[in-house]
Amino acid sequence: MHSTRSSATEMSEPLLSIRGLKTCFATRAGMVTAVDGVDLDVYPGECLGIVGESGSGKSVTFASVIGLVRSPGFIAGGSIAFEGVDLRTLSDEGWRSLRGRDIAMTMQDALTALNPALTVAEQIEEVILAHANDLPRGGRRDAARLRAVEMLRLVGIPAPEKRIDDYPHQFSGGMRQRIMIAIALSCRPKLLIADEPTTALDVTIQAQVLDLISDLRRELGMSVALITHDLGVVAEHTDRVAVMYAGQIVETGPTRELIDRPRHPYTKGLIGLIPRLSDLDAPIRPIDGQVPELIGLGGTCRFYDRCEFRTPRCRTDIPMEAVEPNHHARCIRVNEILRVEEVLQ
Amino acid sequence: MIEAPTRPLLEVTNLAKTYHLNKSLMQRLSRQPILDLKAVDRVSFSVGSGETLGLIGESGCGKSTLARTVLRLHEPTSGSIVFDGIDITKLPYRGMTALRRRMQIIFQDPYASLNPRKSVLDIVGLPMAIQGIARRADIRDRVVAMIESVGLKSAHLGRFPHQFSGGQRQRIGIARALILNPSFVVCDEPVSALDVSVQAQIIALLGSLKRELGLTYLFISHDIGVIGHVSDRIAVMYLGDIVEIGPTRELLRAPKHPYTKALLSAVPQIDAGPKRERVKLTGDVPSPLSPPKGCKFHTRCPFAFDRCRVETPVLRPQRAESSAACHLLEAS
Repeated sequence: MHSTRSSATEMSEPLLSIRGLKTCFATRAGMVTAVDGVDLDVYPGECLGIVGESGSGKSVTFASVIGLVRSPGFIAGGSIAFEGVDLRTLSDEGWRSLRGRDIAMTMQDALTALNPALTVAEQIEEVILAHANDLPRGGRRDAARLRAVEMLRLVGIPAPEKRIDDYPHQFSGGMRQRIMIAIALSCRPKLLIADEPTTALDVTIQAQVLDLISDLRRELGMSVALITHDLGVVAEHTDRVAVMYAGQIVETGPTRELIDRPRHPYTKGLIGLIPRLSDLDAPIRPIDGQVPELIGLGGTCRFYDRCEFRTPRCRTDIPMEAVEPNHHARCIRVNEILRVEEVLQ
Repeated sequence: MIEAPTRPLLEVTNLAKTYHLNKSLMQRLSRQPILDLKAVDRVSFSVGSGETLGLIGESGCGKSTLARTVLRLHEPTSGSIVFDGIDITKLPYRGMTALRRRMQIIFQDPYASLNPRKSVLDIVGLPMAIQGIARRADIRDRVVAMIESVGLKSAHLGRFPHQFSGGQRQRIGIARALILNPSFVVCDEPVSALDVSVQAQIIALLGSLKRELGLTYLFISHDIGVIGHVSDRIAVMYLGDIVEIGPTRELLRAPKHPYTKALLSAVPQIDAGPKRERVKLTGDVPSPLSPPKGCKFHTRCPFAFDRCRVETPVLRPQRAESSAACHLLEAS
């Protein structure tokens, strides 16, 4: 993939650079290739959205980045460079110093991700004590507690100095998600991976949490990889977006442009599925068929069976094509379809 | 009482459902106060024949309890439910069983709502067996016709739930709900557990079945986009109350209640262009065990004033067949 940059990050080198990532799971039914040749860059200070349906590989891609793929899963190929260092070559020691400090991740389900037997204080202080190297000698624990309270205040927990000694079950779902964000941000990471941070939350609480992440990103100058299935969330909170389908990125570009002028037939389909409040007469157009099984794919476009533009020529591995300098789509007919649409308009 | 535009098929008046918590023996002996959870707090509405009434609200607002109480899957604490002219509030078990042919429900979770040890034939045929309205051979034929009309194949008859995807399972749940040819169907978050592309397929299916069979839906969802597209009218719930009810277009275009405004403005939109003015809420939904006095929304409402903290607003007619419960609307 060519590097695709938003104007705000025109001059910078990517913070995270993934090339040819392939992550597999050995199952009884065969080898499942959950992520197959993903190229992706995250630039300093930007919010990249990764959107796709269940099983598209969006979570596994970032589980690979942070070294959380466990047996029977394994990374079968590719490189993951963070500030120029290939994470795949890191020792356990190297991982420990990186995870939590430079890269942090929040999980979808805050209740299962937090330890129910430890207080919130213990869980935040653990991260701070493990990673922060600017705590005063002698008073490390007190300083860590102060910082933990400060983090809870930052994410909007009322009366943090009292609530910090509570256990996770004593908080609401929105508050638990905030606590997880506080833990993730307690060492000021350069990259926050937010995996469906609001999927389990109600819409008014979702808005509060997403605004919080956006505010903190600006304040702390970090990058965010926002994994979501919700194109509305992508539209309102990200600078660039990558659309995943069946283990591959099928389209990537600046968010507004990609949503207004989607090029890949799957992206078009995905956008047509969204019930729009602004236009109640616009029909919801389902995409027929189902996502293919991730076993033994290859040699064909993965969207072939469901695509209204398919031709025999699509029966091959499809590379990414540039539609605009920063906008790429994995479709051999992308420019053809573009011209037809221009004629129709 | 809010009139539906067509002849009402379902009329609900002052319906309440209270759960009594804290009633273990130890707690009673130690004379702890019994906690009352008013899941549904004297709600009135009607659903017209052939209409889809959408019910939105955040988790814990009582929308599922309301829907199940309407079907008497939960017994109401007070109030009345009239279905097609028959008061079913106190209808005995037998009468209710007969009436269930005409009132059905589609559940949210296509995994938990299907018995994993039963085949599709057994699951979809069970309502007919319970009602005793068809012989075995007929059941099979009716089930085949039903599952084909929801997009499954007769080859699926002998398969078990685990052999299907989430979307296919939801089709099985729909077939089970419709096999008795009901007139009223509660759809309790039927697409929330599904991926967007599958969600669109199921919404399209529910729409075409409604047109073909002349169904009336009470459609529950927390997804306002979905509700906007399927409903003729929308009711908004907050902590056991309906705070606003009205025709879909009117309610989405010009919401009256501050909670509806906040809810709508919090929905992330994919369209560019002028944003709705954000009505930002702070804080969490209060516990339904100790709801705030006065207007239950006043703790989160950016426009609350003194009266809201003492006096509970009632649902009053606004323009264009809408109603809302808010003191602000009276003042202006």
